[in-house]
Formats: sequence, C-alpha cells, structure tokens
Amino acid sequence: MKLLILIGLVLLIIAAHQLMRVVELSREFKKTKEWHITDSDNSFNGKLMLFIGGFGLIGFLFWQINRWADNSLPGAASVHGLKIDTLWDYNMYLIIVVFVLTNAVLFWFAYKYAGKKGVKATFLAHDNRLEMAWTIAPAVVLAGIIIFGLKYWNEITERSTDPNKVTIELYAKQFDWTARYAGKDKVLGSTDYRQIDGGNSVGLDTLDATGYDDILVKIEFHIPVNREIEFKMRSRDVIHSAYMPHFRAQMNCVPGMVTEFKFTPNKTTAEMRKDPYVIQLMAGINEARAKKGDEPIEFDYILLCNKICGSGHFNMPMTIVVESEKEYNAWLAKQKAVKTIETK
Amino acid sequence: MANVQSVDVKLQVSEHDHAHDHDEHEESFVSKYIFSLDHKMISRQFLLTAIIMAVVAMTMSIVFRMQLAWPGEKFAFINAMVGDKWGKDGILDPNMYLALVTIHGTIMVFFVLTGGLSGTFANLLIPYQVGARDMASGFLNMLSYWFFFVSSVIMLGSLFIDDGPASGGWTIYPPLSALPEAMPGSKLGMTLWLISMTLFVVSSLLGGINYIVTIINLRTKGMKMTRMPLTMWAILITAILGVLSFPVLVSCVVLLICDRSLGTSFYLSDIYIGGRPLDNVGGSPVLFEHLFWFLGHPEVYIVLLPALGITSEIISTNSRKPIFGYRAMIGSMLAIGFLSFIVWGHHMFLTGMNPFLGSVFVFTTLLIAIPSAVKAFNYITTLWKGNIQYTPAMLFSIGLVSSFVTGGVTGIILADSTLDINVHDTYFVVAHFHIVMGLSAIFGMFAGVYHWFPKMFLRMMNKKLGYLHFWLTFICAYGVFFPMHFLGLAGVPRRYYTNSNFPLFDNLVDINEIVTVFAIVAALAQFIFIFNFFYSIFRGEKSPQNPWNSNTLEWTTPMANIHGNWPGSLPVVHRWAYDYSKPGAEHDFIPQTVPLADGENDGGGH
Repeated sequence: MKLLILIGLVLLIIAAHQLMRVVELSREFKKTKEWHITDSDNSFNGKLMLFIGGFGLIGFLFWQINRWADNSLPGAASVHGLKIDTLWDYNMYLIIVVFVLTNAVLFWFAYKYAGKKGVKATFLAHDNRLEMAWTIAPAVVLAGIIIFGLKYWNEITERSTDPNKVTIELYAKQFDWTARYAGKDKVLGSTDYRQIDGGNSVGLDTLDATGYDDILVKIEFHIPVNREIEFKMRSRDVIHSAYMPHFRAQMNCVPGMVTEFKFTPNKTTAEMRKDPYVIQLMAGINEARAKKGDEPIEFDYILLCNKICGSGHFNMPMTIVVESEKEYNAWLAKQKAVKTIETK
Repeated sequence: MANVQSVDVKLQVSEHDHAHDHDEHEESFVSKYIFSLDHKMISRQFLLTAIIMAVVAMTMSIVFRMQLAWPGEKFAFINAMVGDKWGKDGILDPNMYLALVTIHGTIMVFFVLTGGLSGTFANLLIPYQVGARDMASGFLNMLSYWFFFVSSVIMLGSLFIDDGPASGGWTIYPPLSALPEAMPGSKLGMTLWLISMTLFVVSSLLGGINYIVTIINLRTKGMKMTRMPLTMWAILITAILGVLSFPVLVSCVVLLICDRSLGTSFYLSDIYIGGRPLDNVGGSPVLFEHLFWFLGHPEVYIVLLPALGITSEIISTNSRKPIFGYRAMIGSMLAIGFLSFIVWGHHMFLTGMNPFLGSVFVFTTLLIAIPSAVKAFNYITTLWKGNIQYTPAMLFSIGLVSSFVTGGVTGIILADSTLDINVHDTYFVVAHFHIVMGLSAIFGMFAGVYHWFPKMFLRMMNKKLGYLHFWLTFICAYGVFFPMHFLGLAGVPRRYYTNSNFPLFDNLVDINEIVTVFAIVAALAQFIFIFNFFYSIFRGEKSPQNPWNSNTLEWTTPMANIHGNWPGSLPVVHRWAYDYSKPGAEHDFIPQTVPLADGENDGGGH
C-alpha cells in the first residue's frame, strides 16, 4: 500500500514537472509576459473585491449574527452588568457601522477604480480639510466613549462601602476553587500560606480565632440576590482569574496579593431559568447535547478560570447559585464551620 | 559611533568600486551564502528562515484547531505531529496543547512577524531605498542574522525535549513559568525559551541599531527625510521602538531566570506548590506583567508598522497615485509609535493593578485610535480615482486595509476597561489581535514578498497562483477569525484545551468546527505560495529592471545582485517617491532620480 502511494506520488511529481515544462515552453512564444497585469486581470480582481470583499465580508458578519448571536451570554444578572451591557450595545452598534461603512467604501473603490489601459489616475496628494475632518471626527467619538467608559469603570471598581454586603473569599489553586464565608463573627480569618497542609487547604492562620467559624465550600457556592457581594480573591500557586461571565465580573487571583471585585446580583438562578432568552439558549444547548447523547441540563451560573494556569486550566468550574435571602440563610446555616483545624 | 561606522562603510564601498573596475570580485561559498555581509543576502536569509518558522507555527495551529473542533477524536495526523508521548492514539495531551499555543504565538509574533518581517524588508529595502551601498555595518548585520538563526534553532530544538517546550502562553506569566512544579513546560522547555528569546533580542538590537544608523546617516544626496518612501519611515520608527523596548524584555527575562535558578523573589510571593510552601516572599507577578507589556505593546506596532509602510508603498504604486497625505501618514506613525509606549496597562486592567491607573491607560489607548483611523482613511482615499493595477501584492495590501479596520474597531471595545471586564482573555480578544495584528502583518509581509521578489531573486512570481493564494487566504482568514468573536460573546475563555467540560458551551461546537475547516484550507493554500516562491526563484520569468513602474531608488539598480548596489556613482534624488500620474508628465511615474522640471514643485504640489 505504502509502495503504491509512493509510486503514485512519484508519477504525480513527474506529471507536474512535464506540465510545467509545457507551460514554460509555451510562454516563450507569447508576447505578453505572464506577470503583466492586463485589463482583464484588473476587472476580474476588481469584481472579486466587490463581491468577496464587499458583499462577502459584510454579508458574512450578518450571516454570523443571524446564526450565532443567540448563543451569546444572556443579559447581565447584576446591577453594574446591566450598565456594561448598555455601554456594550452602543459601542457595538458604533463599530459595526464603522466596519460596514469603511469596508464598503474600501471595496467599492477597489472595484470602481480597477485599472484600465489609457486611464490616468487623478493626482491628489493631500487635502487638509479632509484630513482635519477625519482626525477630529474620531477624536470626538472617542471622547464620548472614554467619558462613559470611565464613569462606569470608577463605579464598578470603587471599594465596597455597603454595610450590608456579603464578603466571600475565592481561593484558587491548580485546579479548583474554594469559596470561604466569614461565619458568625462576620470576619474572615487571616491566612498564612506556610500553614497550608492537608487539613488546612486555604492556609488559615491557626492563631487567629476569627477564622475558626469560617465556612469553606467547594464545587458550588450560594449568594443572596439584591445584596452587594464583595469578593476577595487569592491564589495558592499561580495566577488564576475568577471569571463569572453572567455577572460581567472578572478579576485575576494573584499569589501574594488579595484582589477584589464586587457586584450585586439581581436575578436568582430560578428567575434566570424562566427568562425567555435563557429558555431558548438552553433549548439550543440541550439540542446539541442530545446529538452527542448527553442528558439535558438546566441553566446555572458559573465561575471559570480565565488565566492560563496549567494542564487543568480548562477544567476549573464552580457553580454559583443565586437565591433569595431566606434560602441563602438556610443554606449557610447548614454549612459546617472549619473544625478540622487544630487550635493551639 | 554612528559616524565611525558610516566612514567604515564608505571605505568598504570604495574598495568594491575598485574591484568592479578591474575584475569580478571572487567570493567563497561561505562568505557569499552563509556569513554574508551583503544586505541583500542577509535579507534573503531572514526570509527563508521566517518561512520555515511560519510553516512550523502554522502546522501547530492546525493540530490544536483539530483538538478544539473535535475533542477526543483520534487523528493519525496529530499522532504523526506530536508523537506517541503527547499524542497517544491520536489524541492530543493537554500539556502539549498548551505548549503548541505557546510556541505558535511565540514563533508568529517574534520569529515571523518581527524577525522575519523587519529582518527581511529592513535589510533589503533600507540601502536600496535611501541610496546606500550597504547597511552601516555589514558585520553587525551578519551577527544579527546569526543570532536570529541560533535563537530559532534553540526554539525549535525545545520542541523535541522530554518535558516538552515552554507552555505557559507566549506571555509566560510567572509563577506558572517560574515554577517547574507548575507544569512540565516550565522545566527545561522554559529555560530554552528564555535563552532563545534573549538571543532573539540581541539579534533584534543589532539589526535595529543598524537600521536607524543607516537611515539617518547613509541617505544619498538629495534624499531628505521628507523625501523618503513611507517604508523607510515605518522601518525607522519600528527600529526605534525595538531599540527602546526590547531591552526591557531582557531585564524582565533576566529577573525571571534569577527567580527560576538563583532563588530570588522578584515575581514570587506566598506560594504553596508541589506539596510545600516556597521561601519566596515579597515579589509580585504584576511587576513581571508591567515589564513584559512595556515591550509587549510596542511589539504589536513593531509587527504592524513595517507592514503599514510596505503597503503604503504598494498601494501608491499600484493605484498609480501619490499616497494620500504623505505627511499625515508620517505624523500618524510617529504618534502611534509614541503612544505605543504608554498604553501597555490595557493588557492589565484585571490583574489587580490600581483601577485609577487603568483609567489612564484607557485614555491613552483610545487616543491611538485617532492616528490609526487617519491611516485607514488615507489608504482608502489613495484608491479613490486611482487606476488600480491588481498585482498579487496590491491584493494583499487592500486585504491589509480591510483587516486593519475590521480588527481595529474591536480594539475600541477592548481598550475600554469597563467593557474589557467581560471579554478579557476570551476568544473575543483572540479574534481581535489575530485580525488586526496577525492578519494585517502577514498580509503586509506577503505583499512585500510579491512586490520585491524581482529585486530579491531577479525573477517574477507567477501572477495567477498569486491571485489564487490571495483569495483563498483572504476568505479563509476571515473564516477563521471572524467567528471567534461569537465564542467570546458566549464567554469562552482562551487557551482551553476543550470546552466540553462546560455544558453551557455545548451549543458552540459548530463554530469551532467551521473555524477549523477554514484553518485547514487556509494552511493548504499557503503551499500554493510556497510552491510559487521556490519555483519562481529558479524558474520564474526573468524580471525587467522596473516591473511595476515604480519611483523608488531600488528599481534604478541593475538586475543583478552586485555589491554596492549601483555600479557607478550613487544616484542623486531630486523628488519625493510619489510622483505617480503627475499632470503634465509623459509617463504615469517619475522616478526619484529625475530632476524637477522648471517651475515644478516637489512633494505633491504641481
């Protein structure tokens, strides 16, 4: 078999070589050189510029929007996230308009001014008014983008001052997450990485009594709706990133530092599951799962790792459950405080 | 120092003239083809090395794209590419997946689009277009190539070691890259990566200093700065960016080497890994990120500016029109170059950096959109009322303008820290930078190869194969990278070995399949180019002296690769490079060596 393939390949190369010889010999007799750009080359490529470049590229965008836009994340499930979504939409409309107009003009010119023999191009070296116009126009638009962007950015990143907030620590390591709640005393115990061992996975400082009632959970953590959640992020080993896409929340977890991100969830998991957009999204997902022979699933908020952290980077999920204050308190009451730590 | 070198070259040059007067200059194989001091040969060496590196990086991308589209499926191709250890039964190992994306990025950004693009075209074009016999220092130039070569060999060599090559992403953030316990790729593979990149920076600096000195000191009579072709301006600004920013990468890398090998704690603190706490305290990975991106962001423009310079030249020549807004083009490149040094923090909005600092970077980053917009509009206006000659180079140049705009507009989203929160490190970013930086730069590079192939190899490339290559590449490139935006909108993080562990991503399988199919076709299309390239080197049609009817000086040299470029005295320049279709002129181009007629204005006045 391999021999046959080899013989076939050799024959193919010989045939290609003979063909090239014929082409090379025939071009000796031609007056025009192969590389000369003819009017028909220009007209052919000009048309392709219009149809593939212009209609094709712009059409491709809308084809994709039609096909895939409904796979996008549902509307934000947090208060600040709704603002991000609004800003996102305005920016997106703007760049789609710029994309369409600029590419349309580019490929239209590429088609319209495809070269013809005897035509002379217009000698136009510069035009100060035009150049001023397209310096000032982007500057004005960008000023708007900067002002709105920074206004929201400052609101999102200012330190939490809400007395009613819930503080949760997200602790990342290769390759899973631990969420830590403060417990009854509402204070997160201090930590020391040197004290990490099998029974003390997040490195609680055994001399700090405020940590004794802390609650550690894995795989799934719960948060109450409509209350500000302040996350403190830490990492045990390498940089991770806590990405909670449905809440428009993300922050790196950096060894040696405590980073922060806060948001107020405004839709419970149950409410989200009844959202019409989410219903159609999940229908699409479950259809794809059925094809693979997998069980249907229900919508859940997720936490993922979004900074390359090693071989298990792709597999660091944690489920987030948003529920009413009452349900949350009931859940929290069932969790056990850290008891495995030996007190000195 | 610069002056000493230029004197040195003038002495060399007079010797060459002397040699030509009497007899052919005899050269050994080694001094002609290997340790050559001639800018034209060095340029060809850079190009060939870059093509080999590009094929490697492209093949890697096909392997990991197959994994992403069909996770868990067995492919003999994958097994053949990565071997039994990393591709048992044809299924890719997760560590090798990360290694492939890391080395793909490293090779494309540094070896192809920095070393390959600048190395090829700066070396080829600087002496030709400013009217010099050779680069200021042929010896440094030769060293620059050989450092590049050694660093390429080390980078490729790292693919074959037992633990696999570096795999912490091309940005090699510590602690992942600093700790051998963190992943196999952070053992010997990372050491080799660091050595290779240090040598690469040496190469880049030797080249860059040479480019700057040559452009500033060795311009021929009449070649004022404001008469230089835009390629020269682009390469000059690129070289300055490189000389100012690459040393910072070395310091960044040296500190990482210290952390890895000497027990220092520049980037490390409070780490527990491999079952024990480390002694390192007080360092910060954020310091690394600052140092890395202080190079990393100018690097984006080091990659992009030469491509913009090359296409400015090609679009003007083939539209048979002056480039629109020559001075505005220079001004915007200078502005982009300057701003590129103060925007690096936009890669770090979510690293724990002070959010106020983030605000400053939002402001500076969005400013850079203004000169970029000016450039795009100027390109488009250059086409307006032109008489466009569709050479393959022209097709790729128009492709660049399109990808520069398409990828550029999403930059406005990502530069806005508020919007960056939800798409940071997702496929939206992958789509953005591949289109704006990857595609634009590679389109520019292809354009340059097609346009200056006759100068490099004295023969013409096949036009029809060039057309086929462009259209397949253009369609497939958008087919690969455009859909990735939608993965980003669905919240898919980059550098995931598979998305199948998150059921919420199950509806995105078809996007990944479409992307991979386009990627495979695109990769196959590149073999059309490779065939055309090598075939034409040996058997292409002989090129005339000035096949594209171009104005710049390189087309006044004879069609033979001779030392000193011009057989007699150096040409004298009388006008700018863009007198195409000037009213009153006999032809639609006036080479720079033609004196101004009585009452004729230079630089676009008429």
